[in-house]
Amino acid sequence: MKRKAVIDKSQCVACGCCVKVCPKGAVSVPHGINAVIDETMCVGCGKCAKECPASIIILEERDNES
Amino acid sequence: MKAKKKWYDHLWIFSLTYLILGFVNILFAWLGMICFIVPLVISIGWGNKAYCNKFCGRGQLFSMLGGHFGLSRKKDMPKWMKSKYFRYGFLIFFFTMFFIMLWNTYLVFAGQRPLGQKIKLLWTFKVPWHWAYHGTLFSDGVAQFAFGFYSIMLTSTILGFVTMMLFKPRSWCVYCPMGTMTQLICKAKNVTKSQTKAE
Repeated sequence: MKRKAVIDKSQCVACGCCVKVCPKGAVSVPHGINAVIDETMCVGCGKCAKECPASIIILEERDNES
Repeated sequence: MKAKKKWYDHLWIFSLTYLILGFVNILFAWLGMICFIVPLVISIGWGNKAYCNKFCGRGQLFSMLGGHFGLSRKKDMPKWMKSKYFRYGFLIFFFTMFFIMLWNTYLVFAGQRPLGQKIKLLWTFKVPWHWAYHGTLFSDGVAQFAFGFYSIMLTSTILGFVTMMLFKPRSWCVYCPMGTMTQLICKAKNVTKSQTKAE
């Protein structure tokens, strides 16, 4: 079981708070539209979910080793 | 593992200094134009939100006060507050008030109204601010704009501070009119870009 951060893109304001706290540099805000998480780099620490002012990042459990 | 601090991680100093300078000499309020023009230039020119993501000093200030200094409850903000209706509604309201402020400035420029040495907080409460006014070299309108603009900056700081305490540190970012506007610009730019690509 692995945890991955998942963003509700429709509600993202693209402020970039998540980018700043990510210890792995797994989050980016391409073209200023919404934040995107690179799941291959995400370690599921949950820092971005805590920081997100709109609280729209959740951690999802993943079974497969991807 | 914490990323090394970059030069722009200290721009909160600029925001704090700006707020203090408004108490010293109101004409410094003009510097706040930077916070309006730079995000627009970045979003129109480069099509990204680097201003919000990296340079916004106010965001850094809230993040510091709410995070490191523990002034935030760090609770989720109510759903309606992050809805598009509220965000776009606040953007429209904010800019309507901004243009009313510009109109009042024009009236002083045109000599139809005397200079009001007051700060209007939360678009309602008039606070005497004459002690930060030491005359202007140019027209009274220049000072009127400073009073009006500083009113906007202080009002939005107060709103941001209150939501910082109640909800997450950077709750202001969710309904910040500049943030909403630059995101809209970025979205529009991306639509036109993908359209030209398709053609």
